Amino acid sequence: MPRIKDIAQICKSKNAGPFMVTIDVLFEDPHLYRQVKATGVLNAALFAKLYGVAEADVLFTPYDAASAFKATLPRLVPAGDIGDTDVYGAQQHAPLLDVEIPLNTLPR
Amino acid sequence: MNEYRMLSTSGILGYGYAEESLKIGMTWEPHVIGCDGGSTDPGPYYLGAGKSFTSRLSVKRDLRLMLLAAVAARIPCIIGTSGGAGGEPHLQDTAAIVREIAREEGLSFRMALIHAEQSAETLIHYIDAGTTRPLARMKPLDAETVRRAERIVGMMGPEPIARALDQGAQVILAGRSSDPAQWAAPAIRAGLPPAPSWYAGKMLECGAEPTVPKEPDNIFLRVRPDHIICEPPNPIRRSTPLAVANFALHENSSPIHHTEPGGMLDTTDCVFEAVSDRAVKISGMTWTPAETYTVKLEGVERAGYRAITICGTRDPVLISQIDDYLETHRSKIAIKAAAFGVPASDYTMVVRTYGKNGVMAGWEPETEIRSHELGFVIEVVGKTQDIANAVVAMARTSMLHADFPGRLCKEGNMAFPFSPSDIELGPMFRFSVFHVVAPRDPYEMFPIEYETV
Repeated sequence: MPRIKDIAQICKSKNAGPFMVTIDVLFEDPHLYRQVKATGVLNAALFAKLYGVAEADVLFTPYDAASAFKATLPRLVPAGDIGDTDVYGAQQHAPLLDVEIPLNTLPR
Repeated sequence: MNEYRMLSTSGILGYGYAEESLKIGMTWEPHVIGCDGGSTDPGPYYLGAGKSFTSRLSVKRDLRLMLLAAVAARIPCIIGTSGGAGGEPHLQDTAAIVREIAREEGLSFRMALIHAEQSAETLIHYIDAGTTRPLARMKPLDAETVRRAERIVGMMGPEPIARALDQGAQVILAGRSSDPAQWAAPAIRAGLPPAPSWYAGKMLECGAEPTVPKEPDNIFLRVRPDHIICEPPNPIRRSTPLAVANFALHENSSPIHHTEPGGMLDTTDCVFEAVSDRAVKISGMTWTPAETYTVKLEGVERAGYRAITICGTRDPVLISQIDDYLETHRSKIAIKAAAFGVPASDYTMVVRTYGKNGVMAGWEPETEIRSHELGFVIEVVGKTQDIANAVVAMARTSMLHADFPGRLCKEGNMAFPFSPSDIELGPMFRFSVFHVVAPRDPYEMFPIEYETV
């Protein structure tokens, strides 16, 4: 079964303000994006599980125009506060890379 | 007007760009050039300390080329969020660089400084009037939080910038401003609708980010009544629909709703189309004016003083029991600090373990350590710098010399790469104000000063 890292063109994280981190997955091929969207694997519950936050705290938005999924969730520690490990929030995407997507047909 | 052209030189003033890009871009006859000066992204320190996260040398280089180009073409040059954080010291430092360049190059122009730092009295007045509201998970704003803050800035919209243009300023240095505002201002003022003007601002705010290969450089936007065209001047880069779509998601909690001081940009129905192999047309954006004009506030307070030390181990016996070792280390430090008169309540110590979970901390799903070496950054935040220095010094010694079961490396457990090993980081700030305020108009929080340089 393909994983996100096998089929997405972009998978990244970044601050959305000092208190939130936002994680994006983009596909170059809108057809593949629609297939991934149809599996329903990417949703708020998945991000809540991967990052150990409440599902209600995850703002999950598929963005058809960009063939992209976006999830925004509260940071563990506000940017730059005591114990923060990632001031820019740029390296919090990795747990998503191994998420398996049950596609019927493998991407070209 | 059917087309308004804007050139942004880089992601952040001081991040650099190719001089050749600006030369090419200027032949495309922009109506305005500029660059975003900063963001909250580098964290709370810079706003608190009144310093920039960019270097003076690099900012001066970027600005010099821009001022020369703008004066030669007789067009405005606008800098948003001057000096990195857009507070008063940041604005003044940027103005000093501009004056210095003008002297060196024999340039003369009318300059506007738009102030964004907010006094405690002003903000308390807004609090008393009931016009503030918390963002994220902040508590409602109160007078005590405002008085405790080291520095608070308001994030201006396009209106004060447009007013400075009306008053004939050719160089505009804005304090903290919404990233797209410096671009929305001249485009809307030129008669283009708000939707494409704001969207163009979003594409311009980070320079060549909506291109491949993506690195700090120029980007050029053509704003037309119902769409915009994004194209990089540098021939080695291309704007592609994927690069533009990727950037459309940048640093926003929602990909479709972008809240700005005077309204909301909705990108739900946007269409990204390649118009050549290096230019992208974006259409379908809409703008809904807000019922109430709001200004975002950003403020930081001093949370203590910080010192750190960096070390690493290559010892497999120690790596196999690292969690226990660090726990013992922590309790030893508590005892030794108490012995020299520093109770545990006077400091916080955090050890980041690289090779284990130094990047993701509590979010790290991997539990097994597979690395043959581990790196440590020990952070101590104390009530005073002396306390932070003393505790980090003890933490360093203890990391190096503490015993552990099965220890073979009896001379020392850690490799320290530097002498001095302890690094004093000075005051530590945290974000304490992240609210919005509803001023009576878009101008009252952002006074404009004019001067002839």
